[in-house]
Amino acid sequence: MEHVDGNAIAGPLAEFFAFDVTTATGRCVGCGSIAELARAMVYRSGAGTVVRCATCDTVLATLVESGDRAWIGLSGMTAIEVRRAPSAG
Amino acid sequence: MSDATTSQVMALGAALESVPRSGWHGATVAAVHRETPNASRLELDVDGWPGNAAGQHLDVRLTAPDGYTATRSYSIASSGSSTRVVLAVDKLPDGEVSPYLVDEVRAGDMLEVHGPLGAFFVWAPAGQTGDHRPVQLIAGGSGVVPLFAMAQAHADADDSTPFRLLYSVRTPDDVYFSDELRGLADTSAPLRLDLVYTRRTPEGWPTAAGRITREALEAAVIPAADRPRVYVCGSTGFVELVADWLVGLGHDPRSIRTERYGGT
Repeated sequence: MEHVDGNAIAGPLAEFFAFDVTTATGRCVGCGSIAELARAMVYRSGAGTVVRCATCDTVLATLVESGDRAWIGLSGMTAIEVRRAPSAG
Repeated sequence: MSDATTSQVMALGAALESVPRSGWHGATVAAVHRETPNASRLELDVDGWPGNAAGQHLDVRLTAPDGYTATRSYSIASSGSSTRVVLAVDKLPDGEVSPYLVDEVRAGDMLEVHGPLGAFFVWAPAGQTGDHRPVQLIAGGSGVVPLFAMAQAHADADDSTPFRLLYSVRTPDDVYFSDELRGLADTSAPLRLDLVYTRRTPEGWPTAAGRITREALEAAVIPAADRPRVYVCGSTGFVELVADWLVGLGHDPRSIRTERYGGT
């Protein structure tokens, strides 16, 4: 099956994060490039989902869902930045 | 530890072990229309739907009698605060979910949907974002669905941002939202529509059917010098080809947003 991109994992990631994490930027442990998770390459199979850096192919994250459990590994990201809503005061 | 404390801890533990799946909704199929020979348009009434931005998607989950589940993502063709959500689904020959949604589902049927999802591949009117740069939409096949939502939202907002859609499609019969797209060209915030036919053209069409070329792309998109925001949606091969050409033509990679739906 051909790969897709990080947009496709907004649903599964909603089980782990309280905000839409596909717009968060992550820094790749392999090449240091910084990009929104939506720009990452995503490889899905029956065994799970592998998220790879669009620049250097390093594995950024892995997701496994089975029945009543969902698991995420974030081995390839050294930092994640999210945009906060402007403070009310 | 007292019994009360123990039971509180156990209750907390049970709560943590089964985190509720947020954002799942029951949806009733309100209407089904044939969109193209290979696709259906579904209108869903979604219980508790909070509204969605143009370009977002949702996940549909089907559960078989034996408990087996299959979940697939579909772009939303509508936007705004309505709990009526419109999808247009292309039938994949070996699909687990799309053949059911295209050929089997009937008004009154119930589906489980999760969303709205994705805040990256979205467009909002300049009145909300303050971004007045022109917008170029590029669709391959059913990748037009989220881009149609953006073009419709642009018209609904009477937004003055220049909007242009390049739509690569197999034949004239395969055009999604055919009447609606032509209608959007006649609004006060007009959409400029360019079609490329890859298998068969309408009669008298000036160019032969065939895959889009770099030259055809260059001729039909807002030039890089105008600094457009570009949204590309289609099969993975189409999106990556187009995105590479755009960068080669001088478009800023940061201004190109892409959404890949996989195989052909």
